[in-house]
Amino acid sequence: MTALRTWLLDDSPASRLQANLGRAWRVWSALLRNPLAVVGGLIILVLVVMAVFAPLIAPYSPIGQDLANRLTPPSAAHWMGTDELGRDIYSRVVYGARITLLIVTMVAVIAAPVGLVIGAVSGYFGGWTDRILMGVTDIFLSMPKLILALAFVAALGPGIENAIIAIAITAWPVYARIARAETITFRDSEFIAAVRLQGASAARVILRHVLPLCASSTIIRVTLDMAGIILTAAGLGFLGLGAQPPLPEWGAMIARGRNFILDQWWVATMPGFAIILVSLGFCFLGDGLRDVLDPKQGGKQ
Amino acid sequence: MSVPLLDVENLTVTFPTASGPVDVVKGISFSLGRERLGIVGESGSGKSMTGRAILKLIRKPGRVTADEMVFDGIDLTAQSERDMRRLRGARISMVMQDPKFSLNPVMTVGEQIAEALVTHKKLPRRELRARVLSMLEAVRINEPERVAKLYPHEVSGGMGQRIMIAMMLIPEPDLLIADEPTSALDVSVQAQVLDIIDDLVTGKGMGLILISHDLNLVARYCDRILVMNSGEIVESCKAGDLHNATHPYTRGLIAAMPRMDEDREELPVLDHSAWTTGAGT
Amino acid sequence: MTQAAIELENLSISYGKTPVVHDVTFSVAEGESFALVGESGSGKSTILRAITGLAPDWTGRIAVLGAPRGHAPDRAFAKTCQMVFQDPYGSIHPRKTVDDCLAEPLAVHGIGGRDQRVRDMLAAVGLDQRFRFRFPHQLSGGQRQRVAIARALMLEPRVMLLDEPTSALDVSVQAEILNLLKKLRREQGLTYLMVTHNLPVVSFLCDRLAVMRHGRVVEIADAEALKTGRLADPYSRELYAASGGTLQPA
Repeated sequence: MTALRTWLLDDSPASRLQANLGRAWRVWSALLRNPLAVVGGLIILVLVVMAVFAPLIAPYSPIGQDLANRLTPPSAAHWMGTDELGRDIYSRVVYGARITLLIVTMVAVIAAPVGLVIGAVSGYFGGWTDRILMGVTDIFLSMPKLILALAFVAALGPGIENAIIAIAITAWPVYARIARAETITFRDSEFIAAVRLQGASAARVILRHVLPLCASSTIIRVTLDMAGIILTAAGLGFLGLGAQPPLPEWGAMIARGRNFILDQWWVATMPGFAIILVSLGFCFLGDGLRDVLDPKQGGKQ
Repeated sequence: MSVPLLDVENLTVTFPTASGPVDVVKGISFSLGRERLGIVGESGSGKSMTGRAILKLIRKPGRVTADEMVFDGIDLTAQSERDMRRLRGARISMVMQDPKFSLNPVMTVGEQIAEALVTHKKLPRRELRARVLSMLEAVRINEPERVAKLYPHEVSGGMGQRIMIAMMLIPEPDLLIADEPTSALDVSVQAQVLDIIDDLVTGKGMGLILISHDLNLVARYCDRILVMNSGEIVESCKAGDLHNATHPYTRGLIAAMPRMDEDREELPVLDHSAWTTGAGT
Repeated sequence: MTQAAIELENLSISYGKTPVVHDVTFSVAEGESFALVGESGSGKSTILRAITGLAPDWTGRIAVLGAPRGHAPDRAFAKTCQMVFQDPYGSIHPRKTVDDCLAEPLAVHGIGGRDQRVRDMLAAVGLDQRFRFRFPHQLSGGQRQRVAIARALMLEPRVMLLDEPTSALDVSVQAEILNLLKKLRREQGLTYLMVTHNLPVVSFLCDRLAVMRHGRVVEIADAEALKTGRLADPYSRELYAASGGTLQPA
């Protein structure tokens, strides 16, 4: 273990791999020293574990109805009680982690690269390219996220895939803005000029030299946005436009529980609690990542 | 000899790092009368930290300790932050390297200079204005009336630095610490600015600490020179005797500078092993 | 007559609508080391940027090794002429290792044997192999400038443009870099066009110099005239005196 650490922290790495692993290790250990980031990371880890091992963790089927036990309060048998169809809420929350994770990951995978590339291209070339791309970005930015997503889902039809596409469409403009702002600060720097003088094409400059520098601020932003994405997804689910029954989506579960909120509080509260916890987890992690990866401190670490 | 203006004994500045505390200034001692003292060194030599330590401007987690740091009878080590604020500007001033970062971008030049004075002394408006204009004249600004109305981004680097000097000298301090006051300026402007500092300092009988990396410049404008290397004073001499310096570091520095009538095929490179005894780099 | 390495004819450069350089004409012979001297705003760096294509807004004629220059950086030009920038802290990509930085030009031009070439180049600029996989923040200013010089030399150019290569460095490090530049030029027969405000550096490294003021060349002189203090133009003489030189009658 000590040998590995010395190898990782070696000031004069012997290979590219060692250099990059050493860098990753430094970021990692800085992250571990940040208590909030650790808490956030643990919450996310629990979410992932729940999603992956849902069948092993959940005591009941998420869709198995048991009408004899409708709306029972939390007890030893049903930790979070049951809903109006007698389904175990705990099991549904556990399975719901899969849907939440799917939405969050898919949105990040679709929206972040699109936003990054559009922003970097816009910032790098400037002029008309910039005006047109940023015009489009601004149009998307000017509309409230949930309303825009609603419009798309309404057009595409309800369902989890369409919810993901709709959220992704509303999420990318922010990343484009960030990437553009970062790109403009690097565009005229000498190290970019040096690569251009070596004959590198614009595509190469953007992909190999500009994007890696925008990556950390985008990662931070994506992590911080995760909470918003979860909430938008839950909002769509709540309005009946996201995951369709009987899928145990947290937002949809709250919507169903709304009818019983006064007498059977647990039906809406339990998934709501899960949403809050996971959102918090991503926020903490995002804050921690910002402390570690922030470009202003990038030179030092 | 009269009582020195500033007396520093065993001044140490320490910064904690991942691998334990590091002394960036290692127990240096010097004293200063109403004269011009130059501190020369390369980056990382601790010269700027020394200047800041005197004003107690070292930010946390840095730590300043000294057996003695007395300015005109005032024990600086014992002063609270509030007392220091009263001293700074009024009795000890500091001119930094780049005027762009030291001037407030949303205040006119005249307002800023007036501000520097008003903080330490209450004056009626008209007198204040007259003082500002005469100070601008003192730093050889041709149209003080017009310049006083300009904002910092509207003035050139050389003029910005002269305005800084005006700001620092208007409360008539006893000691001016100038940290690389001209490194951001062109050579011809450098000379102007230093001449102004020189005139004002000698004219008012102030003390001057000129911190710079440029040996020739310091030799030209100071009475005495301290050469610093990795936190220690390695050489202390009269400015005129610099070329008879004894320490290998000073001699190395002088030799490493290209000369105007250069005919050497290769410049001698500093050999650090010549004076460092330990395994340091 | 041998071919000129760099030829500028009636070169005028502007940034947007602001003219920066007016009607500059001079040529640098192959193997020569030529200095452009002047104060900030005199347009000396702009000339380098125009030659490379980074300042595309110019009129007149620029030719490098006989080939006329276009108004943008291009691949073929990259192999004949490279540039070293002033600020070693800003001219190297902060997230790439020295190895990445040096191999990049080879990758751009599809040149093989990168491993060996990078190793040879590190040796040529006096950097130990253990620096090869370090990130820029693990290097000192002088080491970074060596990396920047190495990067410029990777494509084996014959003309080097040096933009204040030592002005951000300490005196002792400056001496090392100046020695290195002198050695490289001797060994590889390079042509240097160097921008600087430091006259003693010119005296050490250059054969001729052009003094610039307000975007115009006011005097072109041999280094010998500089060494003996016999510059002719009043502004050159002023600059010379401010730099600590002792003037002689021209």
